[in-house]
Amino acid sequence: MATQTKTNTVLMTGNQAVVKAALAVGADMFSGYPITPTTEILQEWAKEAENNKDLIFLQTEDEPAAGFVMIGGVSMGKKAWTATAGVGNVLMQDPLSMAEAMRMPVVTYIGQRGGPSTGTVVYSQQELNLTRMGGNGEGLRIVYAPCSLQELYDLTIKAFNTAWKYRFPTFILSDGYLAKSYGEVDLWDVKKSDIVPTESAFLNPKTSPNNIRNCFSQEPELYDQLLKDFDDFAKMSEEVAESETLGDKKSQILVCAWGVVANSAKTAIEELQSQGISVKLFRPITMRPFPAEALQKAAEGVTDILITESANGQFGRIVRETLYGVSEAEIHRLYKPAMGVMPEEIQTRIKEIKK
Amino acid sequence: MKSPRFPDTIKEVSKPSNFCPGCGHSIILKELGSLMADMKIEKKTVFAIDIGCSLLAWDYYDVDTFQTHHGRTTATAVGMKRANPDAIILAYMGDGGGYAIGLQNLIHACYRNENIAVILVNNTMFSMTGGQMAPTTLPGEVTASTPDGVFTEDKPFYGPEMLARIAHDGAYIARAAISNPGQTQSYVKNAIQNQIDGKGFSFVEILSYCPTNWKTNAADTIKFLEEMKKTFPVGEIKK
Repeated sequence: MATQTKTNTVLMTGNQAVVKAALAVGADMFSGYPITPTTEILQEWAKEAENNKDLIFLQTEDEPAAGFVMIGGVSMGKKAWTATAGVGNVLMQDPLSMAEAMRMPVVTYIGQRGGPSTGTVVYSQQELNLTRMGGNGEGLRIVYAPCSLQELYDLTIKAFNTAWKYRFPTFILSDGYLAKSYGEVDLWDVKKSDIVPTESAFLNPKTSPNNIRNCFSQEPELYDQLLKDFDDFAKMSEEVAESETLGDKKSQILVCAWGVVANSAKTAIEELQSQGISVKLFRPITMRPFPAEALQKAAEGVTDILITESANGQFGRIVRETLYGVSEAEIHRLYKPAMGVMPEEIQTRIKEIKK
Repeated sequence: MKSPRFPDTIKEVSKPSNFCPGCGHSIILKELGSLMADMKIEKKTVFAIDIGCSLLAWDYYDVDTFQTHHGRTTATAVGMKRANPDAIILAYMGDGGGYAIGLQNLIHACYRNENIAVILVNNTMFSMTGGQMAPTTLPGEVTASTPDGVFTEDKPFYGPEMLARIAHDGAYIARAAISNPGQTQSYVKNAIQNQIDGKGFSFVEILSYCPTNWKTNAADTIKFLEEMKKTFPVGEIKK
């Protein structure tokens, strides 16, 4: 964890906070294609690049180009990143799949939108499967899920360092609501020594000539590569998986939520607490690697679990799989795909469960 | 000991290469290897390659090589060059990768005058997958996906001519044929020099052999290429 130094509190949007965080942690190249709700990332970076000639910016012809330009930049030693959403996230799987195969440390900010297809642009947690597991592989990715403006800033800084430390594609999985929210953010400076350095894969005396590929002619060659990657992923997971459990630790009712919906759930359990109803909340901060042990611990002694999300069970399936054979609690669902989940709705469901 | 006939740029341990006997890639890559050695650029160059038969070049050279995704070599090369303008970035692809799946990236790299050199090998078909129709397939040509031949009044895809229409001043665009290796080498050299001089986008299409999918013997392979040259005129189109 980077040490927080000088802090400056500023009123800004979620998208602006993400750009400030990327700059604070040494990002120096951005390529992207406009798509709501992440277009401001591209615009803000363009403005920053206008005033700082050390920053590279390219608005590309499409999302795959943005992703491959990013990878090209990373391969030459830049801290390159991109931002996209929805169907752009679908297209971005082409470069991201290559980054995953070639262990390129890329950072992608996703502002989820309602789907499938072009859908809507504000509430959604429907890009969870795609972001965690997208591509024709095993989902060797790291996915951070901020639930507030401050976390957008903090976790973006963390995402860059994690990406370059472990060399797996890393994501900040946000949504339209958070991206467009406006509020105070503490912008803290990252100490130079806390920034994980980058290195060029090419024209580097240490490694050149370097021939790298993603296409194999023999099955065992790919298999051996994957086994090594799985091993690295497992080791990384122990250090990176993160979550929080809030509320009354002894409560027999557990709410599971993530991202902005977890924020809603926090409000709900505080309100219930003031009414004398004790509830606890489990919120994963990394959606991949998933903090399975922490969830299993949170579920100990629990009789009822309410899973809530702005999707039709994408998160719920992870929760249920994690608790299979571990917890016998009854599962309740508050699934609202591409809709917001209000604290009042969560409170109502909890009261029904209590009956 | 490396053979005196091959320059140091060519990686000995990966030879013989996996290209089919008679494939044009082997000739083009040898020419390019000599050129990089002659120009003394092998330590400044990154060779980015596409998927398709060109993927087999991933370990052809003792030069930095980046195998990318199908059609995405141009975009990757753009990112590399923008990240390190001092590097010499060569993008290598087939006609399927450049003119079909990767055309959008190719057009925009040319349109923005990205300072990279693209070498596109045209053998009129998708060869790695077994010889299907490509944008460059000749009228009447029988391929695996046009078993009765492409009977069309339309002309095939004229990549260099199209790019020349949107290219900036300073761009270099040419078409060579592997039957004339000297000319091919000189056009590729011009393209690389154009990048070194910082003039912008450089592009060479090379008409090349595919006896495996053309199903031709040596004599008919040479004849097929002569037919291609009648459709696709060889020369420097923009300089």
